[in-house]
Amino acid sequence: MAEPRKATGKQVARTAAKPAPKAESRDVEKRSPVGDVGAPVSYEPLMKPAGGVRGFLAPAGGFGVTLSNMFRPTVTEEYPSEKVPAKPRYHGRHQLNRYADGLEKCIGCELCAWACPADAIYVEGADNTPDNQRSPGERYGAVYQINYLRCIFCGLCIEACPTRALTMTNEYELAGPTRTGMIWEKQDLLAPLRSGMLAAPHPMVEGTTDTEYYRGEVTGPTEAQQAWVREHRPDDPTLPEGEGVDAANVQLSDAATTAAEMARLVAAANKQGSR
Amino acid sequence: MTITSSNPATSLVPAAPAPAAPTDVETVTFSIDGIETSAPKGTLVIRAAEELGIQIPRFCDHPLLAPAGACRQCLVEVWAPGRDGKLAKMPKPQASCTLEATPGMEVKTQHTSAEADKAQHGVMELLLINHPLDCPVCDKGGECPLQNQAMSNGRASARFVDVKRTFAKPIAISTQILLDRERCILCQRCTRFSEEIAGDTFIDLQKRGASQQIGTFDTDVLGFAGDLPTGASTLDTSGKPFASYFSGNTVQICPVGALTSAAYRFRSRPFDLVSTPGISEHDSNGSAIRIDHRRGVVLRRLAGDDPAVNQEWISDKDRFAFTWQSAPDRITTPLVRERTDDGTRGELVPASWVEALGAAAAGLRAAGAVGVLPGGRLTLEDAYAYAKFARVVLGTNDVDGRARPHSDEEEAFLAHRVAGRTLEVTFGDLDRAPAVLLVGLEPEEEAGILFLRLRQAVVHHRARVVSVAALASRGLERLSGTLLAAAPGTEAEVLDGITAGAPDELGATAGLLGAENAVILVGERLASVPGGFTAVLALAERTGARLAWVPRRAGERGAVEAGLLPSVLPGGRTVADSAARVDLAAAWDVDALPSAPGRSTGAIVAGARDGSLGGLLVGGLEPADLPDPALARDALDRVGFLVSLEVRASEVTDRADVVLPVAPPVERGGTFVTWEGRPRPFPQALVSHALPDHRVLDRLADELGVVLGLGSLAEVHAELDQIGGWDGARAAAPAVGADEPPAVAPGTAVLATWHQLLDNGRLQTGEQHLAGTAKRPVARISAGTAAAAGVADGGALAVSTDAGTITLPVAVTDMPDHVVWLPTNAPGSAVRDTLHADAGDLVRVAAGSTEVA
Repeated sequence: MAEPRKATGKQVARTAAKPAPKAESRDVEKRSPVGDVGAPVSYEPLMKPAGGVRGFLAPAGGFGVTLSNMFRPTVTEEYPSEKVPAKPRYHGRHQLNRYADGLEKCIGCELCAWACPADAIYVEGADNTPDNQRSPGERYGAVYQINYLRCIFCGLCIEACPTRALTMTNEYELAGPTRTGMIWEKQDLLAPLRSGMLAAPHPMVEGTTDTEYYRGEVTGPTEAQQAWVREHRPDDPTLPEGEGVDAANVQLSDAATTAAEMARLVAAANKQGSR
Repeated sequence: MTITSSNPATSLVPAAPAPAAPTDVETVTFSIDGIETSAPKGTLVIRAAEELGIQIPRFCDHPLLAPAGACRQCLVEVWAPGRDGKLAKMPKPQASCTLEATPGMEVKTQHTSAEADKAQHGVMELLLINHPLDCPVCDKGGECPLQNQAMSNGRASARFVDVKRTFAKPIAISTQILLDRERCILCQRCTRFSEEIAGDTFIDLQKRGASQQIGTFDTDVLGFAGDLPTGASTLDTSGKPFASYFSGNTVQICPVGALTSAAYRFRSRPFDLVSTPGISEHDSNGSAIRIDHRRGVVLRRLAGDDPAVNQEWISDKDRFAFTWQSAPDRITTPLVRERTDDGTRGELVPASWVEALGAAAAGLRAAGAVGVLPGGRLTLEDAYAYAKFARVVLGTNDVDGRARPHSDEEEAFLAHRVAGRTLEVTFGDLDRAPAVLLVGLEPEEEAGILFLRLRQAVVHHRARVVSVAALASRGLERLSGTLLAAAPGTEAEVLDGITAGAPDELGATAGLLGAENAVILVGERLASVPGGFTAVLALAERTGARLAWVPRRAGERGAVEAGLLPSVLPGGRTVADSAARVDLAAAWDVDALPSAPGRSTGAIVAGARDGSLGGLLVGGLEPADLPDPALARDALDRVGFLVSLEVRASEVTDRADVVLPVAPPVERGGTFVTWEGRPRPFPQALVSHALPDHRVLDRLADELGVVLGLGSLAEVHAELDQIGGWDGARAAAPAVGADEPPAVAPGTAVLATWHQLLDNGRLQTGEQHLAGTAKRPVARISAGTAAAAGVADGGALAVSTDAGTITLPVAVTDMPDHVVWLPTNAPGSAVRDTLHADAGDLVRVAAGSTEVA
């Protein structure tokens, strides 16, 4: 601390030694009203008033702006009663994606957390085991949290993601009354299952490594994967004989309590704001 | 304590002086990147460049390992004067990690030479050809020399388009160490470590050429058929033959993510860890460690860098055994137990600190005479607080920190030779010692880093190691040591036999110890040998060798310095010396200190049993560690009032009337004292509200109406500084004659035993991966004894006393007849608990009834 202060002191001394700033400060003193008490200064506008015909029409000229705007299209958005879709590349809420066979893309590498300038992401990795294979390869993200109180939606996290597991959706209605409610957990961020997907955990497609997954060579669940799920979770709705992905997604959204609470809050707020 | 004091003359445990500057050595003058520099003759170019702050990329180079030139990453352009004296360029770039600087040499690194830069880029590209691009999931990612140097000294893009070599991954070297062979760049740091430093070649290179890979002796990889070669090494619990106590160091020095530990694999990334320096709590070496934690949870520990103590290595126990501090049985709140009118104990009930301290104070006041058993794992500050609490608050000398077999002779030895005499023998002295005699000490098992330092002395300086023990352990073999075989109980006799002119090894050992700087290291186990310490003192006197006491636990030396012995006060003052008592009473601001001689651990236990002690104040102590655990448990059951200061629920807290929770090392600051007497202060790593022992004792003293004045570390250190050492009279040396060894009847044998580094210890619970690397428990007997007992090598041997039986597989070993060795506390071999016996006692040996694998 001592050194910088010293340096500043030197600088001040040097500045004071120069004659030019002194003159400037005297100037300021002259202009300030305190320095000139008792000597009234007459007002002189800096802009020259218009003269001639322009000067004659000036009082009514302002109405021209108003009148011309009355015939232009309106730009006011009636949010929230009318919602305008965001632009396709809008940086909204994050989503954790899945491969075509339903395995998670996230490998828990924490590069998103590392890239985040606001320290909004927290990840913990864990081992994939034969009984609990959640992503291709050895490692998956066991804990995944995004704190939307901190997130600045810069998108550096999705740039950092090596597997394109993390992307951003167009959803922008992110507000809530509690701090804890703004921390989204993994189940809140996971993308819903699409038709044809088989809910994780289940083994990887036989004979593949994570490389085949990265290359997009896995196009859907195989018989063996379905057999494994049938053996371990006979009631899974994403099996061919099951109730289908919609039922599975209902189960998923039941688990996503933070997202559900947020959706409820947003709906209530929208109802309040609607006409 | 020089943590606060600048004047070492007044400190109780003075810090070690800075290492002396090297004396004049021959130097060579040469230049790197046009900067002229001088370095001692024999300096490697890469080291000299480090001194100048010039970065040269490298992987295989490690300052503590011999140069290998394996990775070729550190290539530089070199011009050297030829025979004609003219400066000539070496035809090819040279590896700076194997190149010694010569006079007049001109080295151009990648910073000034395009040729060196291109060569380094080429090597990096070659290394990356088969390296997988799995940095996102690799544990090393973020702290990886390959990653960093590929960025600083590699090509921005790859030209290699073919399929990379892959291996099945990971393969388990042991239950703890995992190997991803495809990440390996064959720098051989790990194999060189295991060969040069640890001396147990548990991994090595296999195959040649493009298939060359690191591995264990893997018959599948090698396609090896026929009889497998077997060495002297023992099996670990997983059945693999190359158990190593130091394997964790290979994970740390691996410059890529090829070696990872099962305990840390995928747990976190380096960039979200917070690192705090620390000191290992596992042994008396005071190894520097680095504690990496995240959100209040310790995730891993790494070796710190301290050239004076542990260099850059730690044992696996130091590295991996830390979960005990956050085990589920941690006590987080004070507990109080109600007693019914007939004296039976009720349930422990959580209480506030005020209630618990009140109950403890009331109970201690009512108990009358109180004994103090603080245990051997305390920091210096805590030990001092216990010592002062016993003398000032309880007014007694019944305090003993030795939770192990002990003797009055040992106490006299500690008071005479150890207390107040710090840094007489240091790790550095071992490097200078021409010979080291080990008595009652197994360095590999009982002091991990001491073993590595001894091995360094043996390998680099041709030190001779001689051990007085029942058998030559694998550790002694790796020290190229000589065994002076002594059946347990006859060590004193053997020590007395080491005289100049004695025949054979005894006379040779006397000659070795007569040399300047020879060292005798004596372990705590000698306490169970009557006359042992007397004989050691006589031997040191006779030969002029320097003597040091190496206990097993981290707190033992600090306890001796702080006065946790019945006859010793802080700083080597003795209770019997009235001048010392007056001196300390003045410092403590009390009228007088108790002058009655105190009781040792055994006597305190006996006193609590027979009612002459009404209460006990017990620290971190396990009844199973005491000489007779059954007796100790009975004493804890019978004692009128029992206060326990513990980190985790234990056998003592099960019986305690008041349990006061204390902080483990990671949640408090403090100072451990190494066997050398070197203070090793460490800061608090985790945010915690847990109180260290000295604060709890301070508050308990307050409750008892005495101001102890030890409420903070600063206060304790100020007081330690004020008290300082003692230049008055020392305790007299012990003079105890050796016992006649007991007559060994047929079917019986003398028990020999010591702790293995990895066993059932309390500080290793919850570490399954580490436990898998422990040595397989075996009973060792000689071929003659085995034949007499009717057991073949590998068969089951039942070792029994009236108290119980231990059955273990036999390993026939070259050792004296009628002696059986058992690990003290290994799974299935709790010697003190099961047999109620210790080294030197007679046990029955017979063939086991059940076959043990």
